[in-house]
Amino acid sequence: MRRTDRRPARRSALFGLGAALVVAGLTACSTTTGTSSASSSTSAGASASGGGALKPVKLQLQWFTQAQFAGYFAAVDQGFYKDAGLDVQILEGGVDIVPQTVLAQGQADYAIAWVPKALASREQGAGITDVAQIFQRSGTLQVSFKDKNITKAADLKGKKVGNWGFGNEFELFAGITKAGLAAGKDLTLVQQQFDMQALLKGDIDAAQAMIYNEYAQVLEAKNAATGALYKPEDFNAIDWNAEGTAMLQDAIWANTEKLSDAAYQDQTVKFIAASLEGWAFCRDNASKCRDIVVAKGSKLGASHQLWQTNEINKLIWPSPKGAGVIDQAAWDQTVKIALEAKNAEGKTVLTKAPEGLAYTNDYVNKAIELLKADGVDVNGTSFAPITVELKEGGA
Amino acid sequence: MRLVLRRVAPALRSGGYGVLAAGLLILVWEGYKLIGSPDGVSVGGVRLLPRADDASMPHVGQILERFGRPEVAAAGSPTVLVAVLRAMWFSFRVALAGWFGGVVVGMLLALLMQRFRTARDALLPYVVVSQTVPLVAIAPVVVGWGGNLAVFGQPWQPWQSVAVISGYLAFFPVAVGMLRGLDSPTAAQLGLMHSCAASYWQTLIRLRLPASVGHLIPALRLAAAASVVGAIVAEISTGTRGGIGRLIIEYAQSATGDPPKPWTALLGAAALGLVAAGMVGLADLALGRFTPAKGAR
Repeated sequence: MRRTDRRPARRSALFGLGAALVVAGLTACSTTTGTSSASSSTSAGASASGGGALKPVKLQLQWFTQAQFAGYFAAVDQGFYKDAGLDVQILEGGVDIVPQTVLAQGQADYAIAWVPKALASREQGAGITDVAQIFQRSGTLQVSFKDKNITKAADLKGKKVGNWGFGNEFELFAGITKAGLAAGKDLTLVQQQFDMQALLKGDIDAAQAMIYNEYAQVLEAKNAATGALYKPEDFNAIDWNAEGTAMLQDAIWANTEKLSDAAYQDQTVKFIAASLEGWAFCRDNASKCRDIVVAKGSKLGASHQLWQTNEINKLIWPSPKGAGVIDQAAWDQTVKIALEAKNAEGKTVLTKAPEGLAYTNDYVNKAIELLKADGVDVNGTSFAPITVELKEGGA
Repeated sequence: MRLVLRRVAPALRSGGYGVLAAGLLILVWEGYKLIGSPDGVSVGGVRLLPRADDASMPHVGQILERFGRPEVAAAGSPTVLVAVLRAMWFSFRVALAGWFGGVVVGMLLALLMQRFRTARDALLPYVVVSQTVPLVAIAPVVVGWGGNLAVFGQPWQPWQSVAVISGYLAFFPVAVGMLRGLDSPTAAQLGLMHSCAASYWQTLIRLRLPASVGHLIPALRLAAAASVVGAIVAEISTGTRGGIGRLIIEYAQSATGDPPKPWTALLGAAALGLVAAGMVGLADLALGRFTPAKGAR
């Protein structure tokens, strides 16, 4: 009896030892990024023609590779980052990847995010700062068929209005409120899918669309009645920039805490400068930029990507104050709408005004000085968009 | 040899039925397109039957035809078929890694829980709770940890995050199924081992493990399905490039202008699930002599 009693005790002691060994093994095989990335940077630096080691930098995007991010891909492809001493790795987004969270957790050095969404994350404790406002204008439209006669927010009265929700809907709600309409009473709100079938099938009268993506998808679809592709003349589009309820979108966000470090400050200036140089390259070489993005493995078609490059260029250029500079009035408007506009659930983006260093022009201004010294046009005053012919399915 | 034949013949027969079922499905699809309303059937604003038009339900022929054309009109773009096959191969390897990891962890957990009452009481509730945590909540966490890890000096790869999530789904049926299997010997069988003064290990190897096979095989099959689903969802969730899950959402962006394209990726995902289940079928064939009903002879 005593023997059988003792056996399990010995076994569990053995098991405890085993477990300790497993834990020890796990800790042994995991190291921090510091060492691994340092070794990879040395190898990258050795292969660079300039000689000195490149600083590894990670940029987190909001979504998959597409022309919305063409400037960053161009800066990698054209060696602008490398010339600035940076080895930039671009991390693609995913459905559940929140770029500003990735940035705040230190998994990336910079992130691309819409201002209202990033401000909402800030309010929940993410320590991030807008250091360059790449898109100076909003790309959100409310698209409808011509015969619905919806050309301004007030015309949405009595209509079925699609919106995406998930924080993408506040320009629409601000526009509705501004036009004196009540969201639930004067018009019907419909949760919209991420494709445009509902608009084309007439399930909704006006659909939310990004001018550089979903709007193009509509123009790539075949009109069953005519057998040809839909044309811009078939549609009306409400532009929230014109309605005065636009909110700032793609911006480069940096880690607020790290911004107190001189090395990170210097790196931030260089990163913004090289990124803006990439965007300037895309402004002057739209089809080359399209090719870079397509070569990066985007599954969206070539004509779609060229359209997107061109429309993104329109959102950036011309930039009278310099590309990437945060315009106080546009920022204030964004914050005001974020505080006031209520969505279908009666929620606002922010509950109080942003605290701390929400944005700064310090770094982008230095970056612009660098670029001007190199002779890069940072205003794009003479920018003229190209005309893009969309093919069926965006092919 | 005859034994093997006796096991292969039903497999072939069920394969035949599988083809028949696929044919039937195509008939139903095309039949609905023929008689269904292009606007679908809605009652009180809720659509009960889908639209039957070509944009919502492309013809089977259109989908097959789409496989043969390049995915984008750029120089060097592969055909959709090649792209889908490549993505399937990528996801298959990731799911296999996840499945393997999940099976090993699940088996170890089951052995631990069978051997130690305390371990069972302590672990089993958490094993069950682990499956109630939504995948979308785990995915960013795994990606976040993965970014700071290096395994054997190699930096963490994005596909490894996907494999971990896939394994996270796969271990559960194995842990639970194997535990039941290990517990399945009767008191009389255990008494016999005891009377022969068999040690724990002898009892495990000669009685409990063989007895568990009957419960393990279905668990492995569930784990295979779960690992494929896990890989697909994790790819979408984390934005990992290369696999079929990512392809589904990338092609879905073309749904408005190129309706057959998203269906090609969906078919690829379905085929991947079949392949995974088929692989476990082979394991079943190999371990067949341990399954109680047929192995008794």
